Amino acid sequence: MSALRARLGPALIAALMSVVLIAPIFGLKLQRVGARTVLAPHWDFVLWGALAVFAWQLLRPAAALATGGLRLPTLPEFSARRHPLVLALILLLAFAWPFFAGRSAVDIATLVMIYVMLGLGLNIVVGFAGLLDLGFVGFYATGAYTFAMLYHWAGWSFWEALPLAGAISAFFGFILGFPVLRLRGDYLAIVTLGFGEIIRLLLVNLTDWTGGPDGISGLPKPTVLGLPMTRSPLVEGGTTFHQFFGLEFDTMHMVIALYLMALLLALITLLVSNRLIRMPIGRAWEALREDEIACRSLGMNPMRIKLSAFTLGAMFAGFGGAFFAARQGIVNPESFTFIESALILSIVVLGGMGSQLGVILAAIVLIVLPELAREFSEYRMLVFGLVLVLMMIWRPQGLLPVKRRHVQVDEGAAREGAAR
Amino acid sequence: MSDLLPQLVQQLFNGLSLGAIYALIAIGYTMVYGIIGMINFAHGEIYMIGAYVGLVTLSAIGVQGGLPIGIVVLLMLLVAALVTGFYGYAVDQLAYKPLRGSPRLIPLISAIGMSIFLQNWVALGQGARDMAVPALVPGAFSFRLGGDFEVFVPYARVLVIVVTVALMAALTLYIRHSRMGRASRACSQDMHMANLLGIDTNRVISFTFVLGAMLAAVGGVLIALAVGKLNPFIGFIAGIKAFTAAVLGGIGSIPGAMLGGVILGVAETLAAAYISSEYKDIVAFTLLVLILLVRPTGLLGKPEVEKV
Repeated sequence: MSALRARLGPALIAALMSVVLIAPIFGLKLQRVGARTVLAPHWDFVLWGALAVFAWQLLRPAAALATGGLRLPTLPEFSARRHPLVLALILLLAFAWPFFAGRSAVDIATLVMIYVMLGLGLNIVVGFAGLLDLGFVGFYATGAYTFAMLYHWAGWSFWEALPLAGAISAFFGFILGFPVLRLRGDYLAIVTLGFGEIIRLLLVNLTDWTGGPDGISGLPKPTVLGLPMTRSPLVEGGTTFHQFFGLEFDTMHMVIALYLMALLLALITLLVSNRLIRMPIGRAWEALREDEIACRSLGMNPMRIKLSAFTLGAMFAGFGGAFFAARQGIVNPESFTFIESALILSIVVLGGMGSQLGVILAAIVLIVLPELAREFSEYRMLVFGLVLVLMMIWRPQGLLPVKRRHVQVDEGAAREGAAR
Repeated sequence: MSDLLPQLVQQLFNGLSLGAIYALIAIGYTMVYGIIGMINFAHGEIYMIGAYVGLVTLSAIGVQGGLPIGIVVLLMLLVAALVTGFYGYAVDQLAYKPLRGSPRLIPLISAIGMSIFLQNWVALGQGARDMAVPALVPGAFSFRLGGDFEVFVPYARVLVIVVTVALMAALTLYIRHSRMGRASRACSQDMHMANLLGIDTNRVISFTFVLGAMLAAVGGVLIALAVGKLNPFIGFIAGIKAFTAAVLGGIGSIPGAMLGGVILGVAETLAAAYISSEYKDIVAFTLLVLILLVRPTGLLGKPEVEKV
C-alpha cells in the first residue's frame, strides 16, 4: 500500500502533464466559422486521457508483477535436420495460398512479396553491410520508372524491361554510392535520404519524360509464358492465356499469376542474398559492419565492399519497382515518398538486422496488419508509429534475430579448467 | 539591368527569413545529436505542434481581442514553447530513454515511429486539412534601391528575423555562461566523464530535448504567422531541411546550425528565383551532398577521431 502511495505523486504529475499534451490537440479543436477560426472545447477527451495515464502510472509496478511471467511467444526451435522439412512446408503453403484464399487475400500476399523483395534488398545494405540507407525508395522508384518509361516510349514488355530495370537501378546505386560512401554513419543516412528525395523531385518535375505528378499509366500486366492474360488478344490474331489453355476467362487468373510471379521473384532474391552472405564478399560485408578499422588494417578495400552492397541492394529494389509498376498498371511519384523508405527500413530492423527469415516475417506483419485494419484507417498510421516505438523498446533485436555460427565453451568444463 | 541588385536584395531577405526558421529547428537537432548522438526524427513534428499550439492560443485570445498585437504574439510564443517543451520531454522519456545505449539504428526507428505517430495524432485531433492562420502581423514596407523594382518587406518576415536573432544571442549566452549550459557542453564532450564528475546527465538530456523543442515551437509559430496556413504534415519536410542545415553547418555545433540554416534558406530562395521554384528542394539537397563531399564534417564541425 505504501508503494502505491509513493507512486501517487509521480502519477499525478504524469496526469497533469498529459493534460498539457492532450488539451491543445484534442481538447480545443480548431473550427472554422465563416472567416473566423474558433475553438470547440472537448474536455472529455482530455479528462479520459489524463485518467488513463494516471491509472497506468499508478498500477504499472503491479501490472509488471502480474505479467512478469508472461513472455512474448517465440517461434519453436527446429533442429537442423528438420530444417528442409519446415522449409518445404512453408514453400508448399506459399505456393498453394492463391488457390484457396480469396481475391483480396491474394492481393495482399502479392504486396507482401514485393516488400519481402525490397526488405531483402535493403537487408544487404543495412543488415549485412551496416550502411544506414534512408533513401532506398529512390532505387525502387528508378526500377518502376525504368519499366514505365521503356513501355511508354519504346513499347517494351515487362519481361524485357525487368533485367534492365534491375541494371539501371544498380547503376544508380553505383553512381550515387561512389561519392557518398566515404561518409560515416549518420551523414550517410542523411545524404541517402537527400538522394531519395532528389529522385522523387526529379520524377515530379521532369514532366516531359515522366509525366510529372500524374505519372505514367496504362502499363500492361506481365505476360505468362508470353501469353497476355487479357480477355481479348492485345494484337490482332494473337492468343491469350485463357484461349491457349482452353479455360474460361477469369480475372482471378491474373491475380494468382501476379502473386506467383512475386513469390518467384522474392524467392530468387532470398536465394541470391542467402548465397551472397556465404561468399567472400558477404563475409567482407559483415566484417566491415563489425569493425571498419580492423577491416582496413587487414588490407580490405572498404570502398569496394560498401559499393558492392549498395549496388546489389539497389538492384533488388529495381526488380521490385518494375514488378510493382506492372502490378499497379500506373506509376506516380506519390508511391515513392520517404514513408516508403521508412517502412522498408522498419521491416529490416523489426525482422532483426541481417536476418532473412526475420525480414520475411516482419514484411508479413507490417503489411498485413495495416491491411486488416483498413476499417480503422484513421488510426492505422497512428498505431503503426506506436508499434514501431513499442517494438524498439520491447524487442530491439527484432522478431527473429540472427544466430551466428559460433563455438561456445562448455561452461561447466571451463569452470573446472579454471579451478584446476 | 539596374533591377538586378534590388532583386538580389529582395531574394536575400526572403532567404534570410526562411533560413532563420531552419536555424531555429536545426538547433534542436544539433544539440540532441551533440549529446546523445541520435537523429531525433520527431523534431520536425514538434515544430508542427508548436505552430498548432500557437494557432490554438491565438483563437483562444481572439484576433480582435483588444490586446496589442505584440502581447498576442508574445503569448502565442510563450504558450507554444511551454506546451512543446512538455512534448519534447515526453517524447524523450517515452520513446528514447528506454533505448539509451542500444545500437544507433534502434532509436532512429523509434524516432521515425514517433514522427509518424505525432503527425497522425495532430491529424486526428485537429483535422488533416489546411488550417488558415489569420494575418496577425499584416502589412509591409517597401523601398527602392535606384531602379524601378521595389523591395518588398513584410513585417511578419521582419518579426521572424528579429525574434530568431534575439533567441540565438540569448541561447549563445546561456550555453556559454549558465550552469546548465556548462553542464551540457561537458556532456557533449564526454558523457561518462561528466557523469563521473557529478553532473546529472539525465537532466541535461531532458533539458536538451526541452530547449530544442521550445526553439522549434518558436519557429513553428513564426512561420505560421508568415505563411498564413498550416497542416499536420508541414513538419516532415521542414524537419528534413533543418536537419540538412544542421549537417551542413557541422552537426553538434550550435553556431554551425545557425550558419547552415541561413545558407540553406538563402540558397533555396535564390534557386527558386533564378532557376525554377520546382527545383529549390533539389538545389538544397545537392548543396548538402556537395558540401559533405568537400568537407565531410560540415562547415563548422570538428572532425571525429575514430578510435579502435
